[in-house]
Amino acid sequence: MSVSGDNSTSSMKFSLGPIHYFWDKNRVETFYRQAADSNVDIVYLGETVCAKRRELRLDDYLGVAHQLREAGKEVVLSSMTLLESPADLREVQRYCDNGEFVVEANDMGVVGLLSERGLPFIAGNSLNCYNPQTLRYLMRMGMQRWVMPVELPKRWIHDLLTASEITDVRDCFSTELLAFGYLPLAWSARCFTARSEGKVKDSCELCCKHYPAGRLVKTQEGDEMFTLNGLQTQSGFRYNLINDIQDLMGMVDVLRLSPQLDDTFIWLQNFQNQLKQPVAFPLSKPDCNGFWHDQAGKDLLIASQT
Amino acid sequence: MELLSPAGNIPALKAAIENGADAVYVGLRNQTNARHFAGLNLDAIKLREAADYVHQHKRKIHLAINTFAHPDSWRQWAESVDEAAHSGVDALILADISLLEYTARRYPEMEIHLSVQASATNPAAINFYAQEFNVQRVVLPRVLSIAQVKNIANTTQVPLEVFAFGSLCIMAEGRCYLSSYLTGQSPNTFGACSPAEFVRWENTGDHLESRLNNLLIDRFSPGETAGYPTLCKGRFVADETQPAFHVLEEPTSLNSMELLPELMSLGICSLKIEGRQRSAAYVGQVTRVWRQAIDACKKNAQQFSVESQWKKTLSSLSEGQQTTLGAYEREWR
Repeated sequence: MSVSGDNSTSSMKFSLGPIHYFWDKNRVETFYRQAADSNVDIVYLGETVCAKRRELRLDDYLGVAHQLREAGKEVVLSSMTLLESPADLREVQRYCDNGEFVVEANDMGVVGLLSERGLPFIAGNSLNCYNPQTLRYLMRMGMQRWVMPVELPKRWIHDLLTASEITDVRDCFSTELLAFGYLPLAWSARCFTARSEGKVKDSCELCCKHYPAGRLVKTQEGDEMFTLNGLQTQSGFRYNLINDIQDLMGMVDVLRLSPQLDDTFIWLQNFQNQLKQPVAFPLSKPDCNGFWHDQAGKDLLIASQT
Repeated sequence: MELLSPAGNIPALKAAIENGADAVYVGLRNQTNARHFAGLNLDAIKLREAADYVHQHKRKIHLAINTFAHPDSWRQWAESVDEAAHSGVDALILADISLLEYTARRYPEMEIHLSVQASATNPAAINFYAQEFNVQRVVLPRVLSIAQVKNIANTTQVPLEVFAFGSLCIMAEGRCYLSSYLTGQSPNTFGACSPAEFVRWENTGDHLESRLNNLLIDRFSPGETAGYPTLCKGRFVADETQPAFHVLEEPTSLNSMELLPELMSLGICSLKIEGRQRSAAYVGQVTRVWRQAIDACKKNAQQFSVESQWKKTLSSLSEGQQTTLGAYEREWR
């Protein structure tokens, strides 16, 4: 299989990750109309969190995908992360068989499905790739781009990407890192949004629709802990590597912004401006950047720029 | 159906064997396994001692190497695989693709079990690991309902192991970064969730408070049972107008005993007891109860029911003295 890496291009690219929250169709379509008009390079589409969310089906996403492609965007379809039921698998097979767009595999089963079809894929950040040997294996299976697990620090990524085990193939894949947004940290069979409303998943009434930015959970002392998003648990703070872009260069080819309820495109512009004219953004709560700096993910290192 | 008991040290291993475990699983004393706790696990010499003891009793020993290898010290993980192969363990429990590949290539005779940390929740993932790395058994994550377990059992040829009893991970194992978000150390990278070195207990006079890396996980009134501050089992606030509650999960243990006849009819090959961090006394008691239950079920599955004495013993050994069927039961979700 031929894989084409794009890390030969010198400039950083930007992507929009899949929308993690449950937004109504109208909001989703509005968001992607803005995306089409924006300077984003790559857009990931699809429901990655909960199979019960059906505001948009695969055909709807394909419709959006065509519009984005016409606007010059690279489009990727993101697979569901936690695949459990036969229906989940059937749906993900439809994603794999879409015939046009590359798929981001968020479960090792999807890697298997794509590789047996001889299709290239993007390795999503919920695949456990922690070392160069695993990365090399994924490449052999058809990986074109590696989206790094969110918890990996700079030191780890540096060691991994400069390891002798992958020197000869380093030009054959590109790398992507989630650099902005609430971090996807865990997936469960249980729906925590439903639980927070005293409901169970089977009778959830799709109540996550009422929390288009997730539901914030705090400690009894008022400290931000987590953000509930259905069966996904996100960080209580927003990950923000805007002051680390220079540091990311050379290691990361694509910076991912996770769609937020507000201001996603303003932040996209902010990030892109950093390439032309870097400035130190005054970050404070609710921002965090600990993972990249080898600390607890929730931590915020201020003035980390050297 | 095998009864597989945990052992964090030699006394626990002996307690498991003496009380009827068909097999035990252990880890090495380093960061290669998901119970990387101080004072726990076996060094190379103890591992050989453990394997000899288990084999003298005609039982089996599995070794968990189920964290993800670091790029700067990958050899440590590979050497742990080598050590296991030379110690005569009967199976390796692996999660990392690089180690699955290494083991399958280097030790083709070694029986490989896919760790729960690999998070194989569906037939596509299970078949992938089986075909690629000759995985001979898959440990199913604790996120599946019994109907989903059934579907997997009916659609793959790969033997399945399920969790029967012990601490309940409520997130898909191997894909949970909550611990590294709060402390910088995660099960995947370090081999521990909510590590003890970040735990602090404070008696405020009115309350006992448990903290993890300074964040308040729970606050207990006098007389309330205070459990270890595992980050997903604390009381937090989701709605400012409501009191704090167990937003993610209560302190409770998984107990699937009432599903025994069903698990047996599905051909589940092994029942796993969680708890390598537990004492020999705990391992012995839990193993004994499950031995009795499995034997009773084997004798007459139709008539099987959970004896009240078993229930009582298991509850007394459970987190918060309560048990749950967890995700096996749809209502839990």
